Amino acid sequence: MEKSDTDQDARLFAPMERTGRLFWIFAAVLLSIWLWGIYAWSTQLRRGLSVTGLNVPVYWGLYITNFVFFIGISHAGTLISAILRLAHAEWRRPITRAAEVITVLVLFFGLGCVLLDLGRPDRALNVLLHGNFTSPLLWDVASISTYLTGSTIYLYLPLIPDIAILRDRMPGRRWLYKPLALGWTGTPKQHRLLEKAIAVMAVIVIPIAISVHTVVSWVFAMTVQPMWHSTIFGPYFVVGAIFSGIAGILIAMAIIRKAYHLEAYLKPIHFNNLGLLLLVFALLWFYFTFAEFLTTYYGAEPTHMMIFRSKIEGAFSPYFWTMVVTCFVIPFTFLCNHRTRGTVWGCVVASVSVEVGMWLERFLIVVPSLSNPRLPLTAPPYSASWVEWSLLAGFLAMFILLYGVFTKFFPIVSIWEIREGREQSVKEVIKRVESYLPGIPEPIHE
Amino acid sequence: MARWGMLIDLDRCTACQACVVACQVENNVSPGGADQAELGRAISWMRLVPFQEGGHEHGTRPDLRLVPLPCMHCEKPPCTKVCPVKATQIDHEGLVAQVYPRCIGCRYCTTACPYTVRHFNWKRPEWPQPMEQGLSPDVSVRPKGVVEKCSFCHHRLQQAKDKARAENRPLREGDYQPACVETCPAEAMVFGDLDDPRSSVSRLSESPRAFRLLEELGTKPKVIYLSKGAWGGEV
Repeated sequence: MEKSDTDQDARLFAPMERTGRLFWIFAAVLLSIWLWGIYAWSTQLRRGLSVTGLNVPVYWGLYITNFVFFIGISHAGTLISAILRLAHAEWRRPITRAAEVITVLVLFFGLGCVLLDLGRPDRALNVLLHGNFTSPLLWDVASISTYLTGSTIYLYLPLIPDIAILRDRMPGRRWLYKPLALGWTGTPKQHRLLEKAIAVMAVIVIPIAISVHTVVSWVFAMTVQPMWHSTIFGPYFVVGAIFSGIAGILIAMAIIRKAYHLEAYLKPIHFNNLGLLLLVFALLWFYFTFAEFLTTYYGAEPTHMMIFRSKIEGAFSPYFWTMVVTCFVIPFTFLCNHRTRGTVWGCVVASVSVEVGMWLERFLIVVPSLSNPRLPLTAPPYSASWVEWSLLAGFLAMFILLYGVFTKFFPIVSIWEIREGREQSVKEVIKRVESYLPGIPEPIHE
Repeated sequence: MARWGMLIDLDRCTACQACVVACQVENNVSPGGADQAELGRAISWMRLVPFQEGGHEHGTRPDLRLVPLPCMHCEKPPCTKVCPVKATQIDHEGLVAQVYPRCIGCRYCTTACPYTVRHFNWKRPEWPQPMEQGLSPDVSVRPKGVVEKCSFCHHRLQQAKDKARAENRPLREGDYQPACVETCPAEAMVFGDLDDPRSSVSRLSESPRAFRLLEELGTKPKVIYLSKGAWGGEV
C-alpha cells in the first residue's frame, strides 16, 4: 500500500531527486540579477539616498511602494490557505504549500524594502532600543514580525509529515530531514496533535494577517495628508493585499505546474476556483476604489482635489487609467467568462495584469499625495533612478530563486495531504453532504 | 516655563532672504550644490515660499507673496508622534527637537509634516573649501541619512541661559534670538515668550492682523504671521 502510494506520487518527489540543466540556467540568471541589485545597494550605501530619484517633497517613492506591494503579496499564502483549510475546501490540498511559501519568503523582502528606504540602515535596531509606540511604523514592526513568526510556524507544521517521508526516502539528505522531522512516525496520536496545531494556527494567523495590512495602511492614513487620511484605507489595503496575493498564487501554480509537470495535481478546476476568488476580489477592489474616489470628488476640498486631479487627468493619469484597466477591466473580462477562467493561461493573464495593477495602485497612493503638498512648493517630478529599479529587480529575482530552491528541498505540493484526501476525505465529504440532507439516517456515533 | 514663539510681519517683509542666508550660516547647513538644488533636494531650514494671491478670474493678474517658512514648532506636532524611535520630540523648552544620532532616516516625519519644513540629508554634507573652516562650533554637522530642521537656534537659548546665570539674573526679553530674527533688516521678525503678556511677540500675536498657517489642522503652530486685510494666500 505504502509503496504503490509513493510511486503514484512520484512526480511530487521528482523536483527534489533530480535537477535539470534548465533550473541551473534560471538560477544563474536570477543570481546575476540579484548580484546587480547588490551592486546598486552598495552604491546607495556609499553615496546615500542621493542616488535615488527622491526629493523634497517626494520623500517616499519606489521603496515604500514595493514595501506595501510585497507585504500585500504575503497575504497570498497564509491567509488564503488558512481560510480554505478552515472552510474544509477540499480543492485546497495541492495549493496550500505553494501559497504558504510565498508568504514567508515575500515578508522578508517587504521588510528588506524598509531597510533599503532608511537613510541609516545601520541604526535600524533603534526601533527596539527606543521604540515609540505612537508611531504606526512601530505597529508595523510588531505586526509584521508576529505575522512572520506565525506564518513560518504555519508553513512548518504541515511540512513535518512530508519531511518524515523524505527522511525515509532520501538517505543522502538525512542530515537535513531528520532533525526537521522531529521524530515523526505517523502514529494516530501524532496525527491528532498535528491536526489540532494546524487548526489552531489557521485560526490565529487570520486576524494577524488582517492586522498586518491594516497597519501598513495606517502608516499613511494616520497622517493628516490629503488622500492618505482616510478611514477606508484599512479594509481597502486588506482587500488589495488579498487580491494581489491570489494573483501571486495563481502565477506560482502555473509555473510549478509547467516546470514540474504537475498537470495531474494542479488541474484547471483549481485555477477555476481560485480564479473565481480573484474575480470576487476584483469586484471588491473596484467597489473600494470607486467609493474612495467618489467621496473625495464630491467633498471637493481643494487640497484633496489637487491630488485627485493629478491622478485622474494630470501627471499621474497614465498610471491611474492603466491601473483601472489592469486591476479591473482585464481580470473582470477574463474571469467572468468560464471559458477563459477555466484555463491556466486565462488565469495567468488575469493574474499578471492584477499584479501590475496593484503595484501601480500602491505607487499611486504613495507618490501623488507627496507630490502635491499643502503649501506651494515646487520640485521636479519624481522619477525613480536606476538604483531603485535595480533593487526591485534584485528582490524579485532573489524571491523567485529562493522559491525555486525551496522546491528542491521540500515538496511544493503537500504529499501527505494529497494522500489523506485520496484515502479519507472522499468518504468524509460524502458523509458530510449526507448530513446536510433530510431522509438519510444520521450515522450512529459510538 | 517660556513658550517660545516667532512672529513674521508679512507687511514689513521685503523678501530679501537675509533670514535664509543667516540661518544657513548659523546652523552649518550645507549649500549642497546646484545639481542637488535642481533635483529639489536643497536643505534650507528657512525658505521663502511663493503663495499666489488672486489671478484666478480672467483678466486679473496674480500677486505672488513670498512667505518665510521656518519650522512651526507646533504644540501638537504631527511629526513627533509618528517617529518610530523618538528621534524627534518636544523638548523641555517646548521646541520640536531632532536627535541626529538616533534618527534612522525613515523620513516618516518629513511626510507627516503638513508644512514640509523637514529636510533630509540625501548625501554627506559638503562645503566649498574656505567655507569648511568657517563652520560654527556650536552646532553639530549632521551626517548623511538623517533628518534635520529649524531648531529655533536652540544653541542660542543655551548660551543666553548660561550668560544670564553667569550674570546672576533672569533671562530677559531679547537675550534669546534666532539668527534669522536677529538678521532681518526690515525688522519684520519678532521672537520671544508667547506666555509673557508683556513681550512684543505675545502683544503682536493678539493683533487682528495675526494668523497661523494651516491652523485648521489643529497643529497649534508657534510661528505667527501678520498681514493686513484678509489673508489671501491660497494654501
